[in-house]
Amino acid sequence: MGEPTTKIGGSTRRSEDKRFLTGQGRYTDDINMAGQTYACFVRSPHAHARINSIDTSMARDADGVLAVFTGEDLANDGIGGLPCGWQIHDVSGEPMAEPPHPLLAQGKARYVGDHVAVVIAETKQQARDAAELVDVDYDMLDAVISPAKALESGQPLVHDEVPDNRCYTWELGDSGAADEAFERAHHVTSLDLVNNRLIPNALEPRAAVASYSPGEDHYTLYTTSQNPHLARLLLSAFVLNLPEHKVRVVSPDVGGGFGSKIYPYAEEATLTWASKKIGRPIKWTAERVESFLSDAHGRDHVTRAEMALDTDGRFIGMRVDTKANLGAYLSTFASAVPTILYATLLAGQYTTPAIHARVTAVFTHTAPVDAYRGAGRPEATYVVERLVSQAARDMGLSQAEIRRRNFIPTDAFPYQTPVALNYDVGDYDATLTRAEELADVAGFEGRREEAQKRGKYRGIGYSTYIEACGLAPSNIAGALGARAGLYEAGEVRLHPTGKVTVFTGSHSHGQGHETTFAQIVSDRLGIPFDDVDVVHGDTDRSAFGMGTYGSRSLAVGGSAIVKAMDKIIDKSRRIAAHMLEAAEADIEYDDGTFRVAGTDKSLSMAEVAFSAYVPHNYPLEQLEPGLDESAFYDPTNFTYPAGSHICEVEVDPDTGRVEIVNFTAVDDFGNVINPMIVEGQVHGGLAQGIGQALLEGAVYDAESGQLITGTYMDYTMPRADDLPSFRVDTCNTPCTHNPLGVKGCGEAGAIGSPPAVIDAIIDALRPLGVTDLEMPATPLRVWQAIQDAQGRQVA
Amino acid sequence: MYAFGYHRPTTIDEAVTLLGQSEDASAIAGGQTLLQSLKQRLAQPGELVDLGAIKELSGIAVDGRTVVIGALTKHNEVALSSEVRKAVPALADLAGAIGDHQVRNVGTIGGSVANSDPAADYPAAVLGLGATVETNQRRIAADDFFIDLFETALEPGELIKAIHFPVPKRAAYVKFAQPASRYALAGVMVAETGDGVRLAVTGAGACAFRVPAMEQALAGDFSADAIKGVQVDADELNDDIHGTPAYRAHLVNVLARRAVEAAR
Amino acid sequence: MNVSMTVNGRSVTADVDPPTLLTEFLRDHLGLTGTHVGCDTGQCGSCTIHLDGRAVKACSVLAAQAEGARVVTIEGLADGNGDLHPMQAAFREEHGLQCGFCTPGMVMAAVDLVNTYPNASDTTIRENLEGNICRCTGYENIVRALKSGAAGMGDQGNG
Repeated sequence: MGEPTTKIGGSTRRSEDKRFLTGQGRYTDDINMAGQTYACFVRSPHAHARINSIDTSMARDADGVLAVFTGEDLANDGIGGLPCGWQIHDVSGEPMAEPPHPLLAQGKARYVGDHVAVVIAETKQQARDAAELVDVDYDMLDAVISPAKALESGQPLVHDEVPDNRCYTWELGDSGAADEAFERAHHVTSLDLVNNRLIPNALEPRAAVASYSPGEDHYTLYTTSQNPHLARLLLSAFVLNLPEHKVRVVSPDVGGGFGSKIYPYAEEATLTWASKKIGRPIKWTAERVESFLSDAHGRDHVTRAEMALDTDGRFIGMRVDTKANLGAYLSTFASAVPTILYATLLAGQYTTPAIHARVTAVFTHTAPVDAYRGAGRPEATYVVERLVSQAARDMGLSQAEIRRRNFIPTDAFPYQTPVALNYDVGDYDATLTRAEELADVAGFEGRREEAQKRGKYRGIGYSTYIEACGLAPSNIAGALGARAGLYEAGEVRLHPTGKVTVFTGSHSHGQGHETTFAQIVSDRLGIPFDDVDVVHGDTDRSAFGMGTYGSRSLAVGGSAIVKAMDKIIDKSRRIAAHMLEAAEADIEYDDGTFRVAGTDKSLSMAEVAFSAYVPHNYPLEQLEPGLDESAFYDPTNFTYPAGSHICEVEVDPDTGRVEIVNFTAVDDFGNVINPMIVEGQVHGGLAQGIGQALLEGAVYDAESGQLITGTYMDYTMPRADDLPSFRVDTCNTPCTHNPLGVKGCGEAGAIGSPPAVIDAIIDALRPLGVTDLEMPATPLRVWQAIQDAQGRQVA
Repeated sequence: MYAFGYHRPTTIDEAVTLLGQSEDASAIAGGQTLLQSLKQRLAQPGELVDLGAIKELSGIAVDGRTVVIGALTKHNEVALSSEVRKAVPALADLAGAIGDHQVRNVGTIGGSVANSDPAADYPAAVLGLGATVETNQRRIAADDFFIDLFETALEPGELIKAIHFPVPKRAAYVKFAQPASRYALAGVMVAETGDGVRLAVTGAGACAFRVPAMEQALAGDFSADAIKGVQVDADELNDDIHGTPAYRAHLVNVLARRAVEAAR
Repeated sequence: MNVSMTVNGRSVTADVDPPTLLTEFLRDHLGLTGTHVGCDTGQCGSCTIHLDGRAVKACSVLAAQAEGARVVTIEGLADGNGDLHPMQAAFREEHGLQCGFCTPGMVMAAVDLVNTYPNASDTTIRENLEGNICRCTGYENIVRALKSGAAGMGDQGNG
């Protein structure tokens, strides 16, 4: 687990744990306000239906009911819909189709679970009882679920104003160069791939408590958000037209997010608006079934991918055509996920010189799809690594050899890929070498033979992934269509007694920022770890923030804190110079101590802090009292974590059950602040990636549009006995452009692992004639693949 | 949940009276299945009669020939009972494979058997071991007990008091769990008893059922090979995203063979 | 209707509607919000508490069914002198938690697993954690914590 020192690089045990372990965590549903009421949302039972009328009279008359609101009430108040934060342009040059995303349905319901009305009552039970009395007159309409089908002519339209349900078609790369590579290719490997739709399932369901104070004309919203400042900005500026300075958004302890809690949703916006209407606080907590239906889902791509190789097995070109399902409405980052976060990663770790990607984003009658742990990068990695592994088999090369022949060499950095990104640093061979060692690849054939004797088929699969994270440079994001900046804010406040409060715009919902950030501050300011407190998740306490997603907190949020500390140290140096009656240039700083060079005259950081607040003899025209500095940090590039995953499986051919017997992940995360926390992030990411590969998949009925996997009875969450004990290690090359040299580790496991798992199964089942397998590789699907392959062999 | 009245009788007679007093009364034992339906508003009993305080319904008695398990005996009490494990290890194994640890601490054999959930484990034990269901009114042979999906031979006002399991010569239960719910996608109990071989399947059909063709084959030769070619009719089996009828039919054969090999 | 039980060593009586779940009783009536609710179908295990010494899911028991019972929640697991219970301490030491939401249920289940299966193998531990879903940790460190917590419980002779 590593030494628990509080310095950078030490596995300090987490500060936040004591409250979580004793039941003292404070999650949104734990918060109650005086006079609180309860909301229950009426949701569409149909995937596509015209709403002829909504009769709320019976519900209004029911016991305890205070109000029932529909889309009409919101429209009458001029309330807008939920905005999309990223504008992608179609190949035609036109902006993407951006149909309205109302808080409560206006005229039509577009997916099962779409919000139709809200009932507010004195108790939870009364709200739910009355919700059943809201009488909605629907005309059921045909629905379309599959993105490929939705593009065909004559299919039902999700939005009447969006022909062929096509939000945009977008391209990246040089199609001429790619075509030319395919013309001269020695070999072409082609695959049709499905990246299965996932439901995030943070264990804490979404929740909100909204209140309005008429005396102060002030709103307070407690909500399960990964980025409360963004929630406040969007609610104020775009949805409810509220004065931003009169709105406080608090994300207290949040029980996991994985992307699903980035976005402002209809529920908290409706509650905020309604709390003023009824003059009482309102609480809503999702039931799990509501989470399944209405949290933004992830992935859901259908892709045709081709790789061109020369006679030596070098990649000379790649072409990718992807249809991405956006669901019924554009969620906040939905348009960026299958474009900016996907196609830009198609170079992987390789020198492929010519790449062309075409992405068609499609509306369907399903829940909105948006960023989920990895967001676009798992989809890209799945395309690249499945192609590479298949190409190795096609060309008769080992999985390691084909990769080594194509890796970007260490002396080629900074490396400009043909798909926009510029990788700053990496050593791909190092992680692969270490992973092969840790996975005991040399002993694999022996293990395979031993398994065969037990009637099991054993296989091994590789994935050498790269990701771009630390979202990201505002200038690049802006050029690519982002409607917001992507910096982070941090503030470091030294109190007179030498204690420190750090305010960050990042949000911790499991990542352990309260510990990691305190380590950075303690290390740099020489203040004891226990004297540093990290505050996040409250728009009234942190000045601003863009929140936590895209593995950005340490690389961007941590860097902002470092920048603020640089200012603290600068000012402290001036204070110390004044107090020690020395020239500023003669003051040396090291580990919390200011010293006059060449003397024994020194001051501790705590003494400087005390002086800053007791400035009895300050030269006030030169030196301001106080010791509190803030900074915004906007990086110059993404960071590029990368690594090698090797998966070993055993398949029971009689039942189709796959057991992961070994899983090795060796990653390059740059400098590591707390190895224990980083390793934990890898474990969690791997569980989600393995979940995608083996277990999880949202299934909608193709005709009715009902969500079949709408509870834990049918949606398979990874449990302890589905997973192996992981072997993880790091081989780090520090990031070259942020002050900590860090990269980001939160998504790596989910990005790298799925192709390794699927390829291990394909490798295992090669003797049975299986050549391809879709995710999730459930027992039924694996058994069916074996039956089909055997049938082909007989035929 | 919808509103309901709640009663907690301490005797069987009192429970039967309470259940008889209302058209829409429902008994609750451990409630591990029933409460989930109530929470999701899939059921709406007017009165709930909690059997949890009826002491006489709980307990395990083992003699050389029979294991008698009171209706309110919890799954973990059976799974962790050294007496049951010694007499019928397959029964302890089966109880230990139901739900999860917490469910096994609350869920009861009577609740499971009375509910006849198509994917529950206990029905395979009752049918496969040839048990007798003792109610407040009569004794019902296992072969007459399970009628259909969530339907048993129990009459209104009839409560299970205990299940009598004859001790087999050897038996085993092998389950293949549905990946999400962990209920049986298919489960097979095979037993060589004084009255011949019995083989019962759960999870695959509308309710637990026996497979006479396999039983006959095993009667002559109690080996996995004896039933290698004996398939159940897929047309009768359940179909969902986790298992097609053909897959379930195949699994029944695989699990049956594994059960025969594991029988002890 | 009235229900009475002992919660974390304290006798409590309250007037509740019959459909009140034990989770609702603990959270809404007693303010013990450490017991979490993560699903509607009794599978996630976040609400695991001890009922008469055994781990049960408080979302799958009516408050009325706990009449006269002895209930212990995460708030009452430690001995009250300010120290963590050995299992709580092990979860911190082994980094067996991240967002903390499943954690109270996980810890309560872990304590009962150790009591039920002393010296359990990794396989037994993983199989018996089936009733507790964690989305953050990948379970690796939970398994480590459980083993280390078991050792700690053995040292202290408590459980």
